[in-house]
Amino acid sequence: MAEVLVVAEHDNAKLDKATLHAVGAGAQMGGVTVLVAGHGAGGVAEAAAAVDGVAKVVHVDDAMYENPVAEDLAALVVAMAEGYDVIAGGSSTFGKNLMPRVAALLDVAQISDVVEILGDDTFKRFIYAGNALATVKTVDAKKVITVRTTAFPPAAESGGAATVETIQAVAPTELARFLGREVSASERPELTSARVVVSGGRGLGSGENFAVVEGLADQLGAAVGASRAAVDAGYVPNDYQVGQTGKIVAPELYIAVGISGAIQHLAGMKDSKIIVAINKDEEAPIFQVADYGLVGDLFQLVPQLTDALKQSKAA
Amino acid sequence: MKILVPVKRVVDYNVTVRVKADGSGVETANVKMSMNPFDEIANEEAIRLKEAGNATEVVAVSIGEAKAQETLRTAMAMGADRAIHVATDARTDTELQPLAVAKLLRAVVEREQPDLVLMGKQAIDDDSNQTGQMLAALLGWPQATFASKVAVDDGGLEVTREIDAGLERVAVKLPAIVTTDLRLNEPRYASLPNIMKAKKKPIDQLGPEELGVETSPRLTYVRVEEPPKRQGGVRVADIDELLTKLKTEAGVI
Ligand SMILES: Cc1cc2nc3c(=O)[nH]c(=O)nc-3n(C[C@H](O)[C@H](O)[C@H](O)COP(=O)(O)OP(=O)(O)OC[C@H]3O[C@@H](n4cnc5c(N)ncnc54)[C@H](O)[C@@H]3O)c2cc1C
Repeated sequence: MAEVLVVAEHDNAKLDKATLHAVGAGAQMGGVTVLVAGHGAGGVAEAAAAVDGVAKVVHVDDAMYENPVAEDLAALVVAMAEGYDVIAGGSSTFGKNLMPRVAALLDVAQISDVVEILGDDTFKRFIYAGNALATVKTVDAKKVITVRTTAFPPAAESGGAATVETIQAVAPTELARFLGREVSASERPELTSARVVVSGGRGLGSGENFAVVEGLADQLGAAVGASRAAVDAGYVPNDYQVGQTGKIVAPELYIAVGISGAIQHLAGMKDSKIIVAINKDEEAPIFQVADYGLVGDLFQLVPQLTDALKQSKAA
Repeated sequence: MKILVPVKRVVDYNVTVRVKADGSGVETANVKMSMNPFDEIANEEAIRLKEAGNATEVVAVSIGEAKAQETLRTAMAMGADRAIHVATDARTDTELQPLAVAKLLRAVVEREQPDLVLMGKQAIDDDSNQTGQMLAALLGWPQATFASKVAVDDGGLEVTREIDAGLERVAVKLPAIVTTDLRLNEPRYASLPNIMKAKKKPIDQLGPEELGVETSPRLTYVRVEEPPKRQGGVRVADIDELLTKLKTEAGVI
């Protein structure tokens, strides 16, 4: 059986959901070890040990890994790579930043954003903004992959009883230094794992008008997303962007408001279970993928929908 | 500071690509091709660094078939000073893969000795998002990926990166690799006089053999297929009908 190393993503306090999905995918390939590199992240190591399907946790504690740069983390992963056939992570900005560096240091290909594992060397992934689905087979003995989180169910957070082994940090590369982070604070569910997502596009016209989208999202307990145009125009922060080059989401319900449905946007949301589109242009391509399309002015329709939901809750 | 900007010729982002019936790949014959949008952003940033007096020379490099030279002309019309074409017949969307591209670029870096390689975070054909990170690894250089802001300070760069949680700032020493995200800048259009001028700028030609790089693919594309098509649904007349459908038919609220 293959030995799989999953590199955990966390903030020293909590294990990120992307890691649970990566463990879920990794378990399809073999026995899973989770690497938790952090600083004061003992709780994360314990949480990882409790995840169903995890056989072992390797914990490294060092100030260098509190907010690790890819240069230092890749050096650590490469130092421990020998015992593993597969090195995996979520296809988040964390995984996308780290895994290609690891792969190149090991002189192997990296396989990005895997959506299906067909065997120990064969994978499916999308190319061309989701317009083509490729089956790729690697000749490399070691596989370095990132997995699309929406394509693999998360491993359960309990049920595992892995051993935790502590190892030493490797020498710092001193190539890059973390300076700071601006995290968009939100009480809403996280975009990539929310059950319902309401996204707004250029049709909103301004950042203030996004309140219309937020009002609906609050009624539905939904996450808020956006098109690239809405982000570029500064209506909402960059981490709202759904699409080919933003986040991939697949909620049970996706409501696209004032979004035309460019292929780059569709690439990020067309695996949603139910898609609703609200757009004043009846020719908008978003209607071609929408289960329910409503043609009209979003500034009338969205508040109406929000009110109707409020009333049906009160009733 | 000398800046190297790798640029890739890809199917234009506005083209709806077609998967070949035999499952061998995507149709690229007689299809509009353009510079990968993220590379345009990288080239723009390099030119701005030069205009601001932070860079002395911008060199564009493209790896691909003969027509990659058109992409290099575009890069030079935007303002790059000269160009290098690494010629290959391999399909750059599937056969020439990120690790091989990174190795070719490493060889170009060794010849050109730039202080900074500014490149796109992702090519919109294979959507890998790997080459910059791989090149950084092979050179033992720092990598500042998904950049939305690049500031030069003494001996290094301070880069703001777009991450899933928001923004992150990192300091990297030079030489370094920076990969660009969408919000870094808005690339300029080349003016007609600059397009004319670019025709006279030099393009050096190199082959993978000259660079001594082994480029055979690690991944075999076993099959490329059209993904399952989503069926369009129905139009609803108003909010009441929408709510009813969502509750009773879809069962999602
Ligand atoms: C390299 C590259 C990467 C990209 N990556 C992404 C990505 O990851 N995600 C992404 O989303 N895009 C991406 N794009 C951009 C994409 O091509 C589109 O430009 C973008 O998705 C359009 O956003 P939009 O639908 O909000 O705007 P538009 O296309 O301008 O559509 C606005 C819509 O709002 C409707 N509207 C306006 N007013 C109202 C109203 N009052 N009521 C109802 N409807 C109204 C209009 O009818 C229209 O359909 C990328 C592009 C490139 C080149």
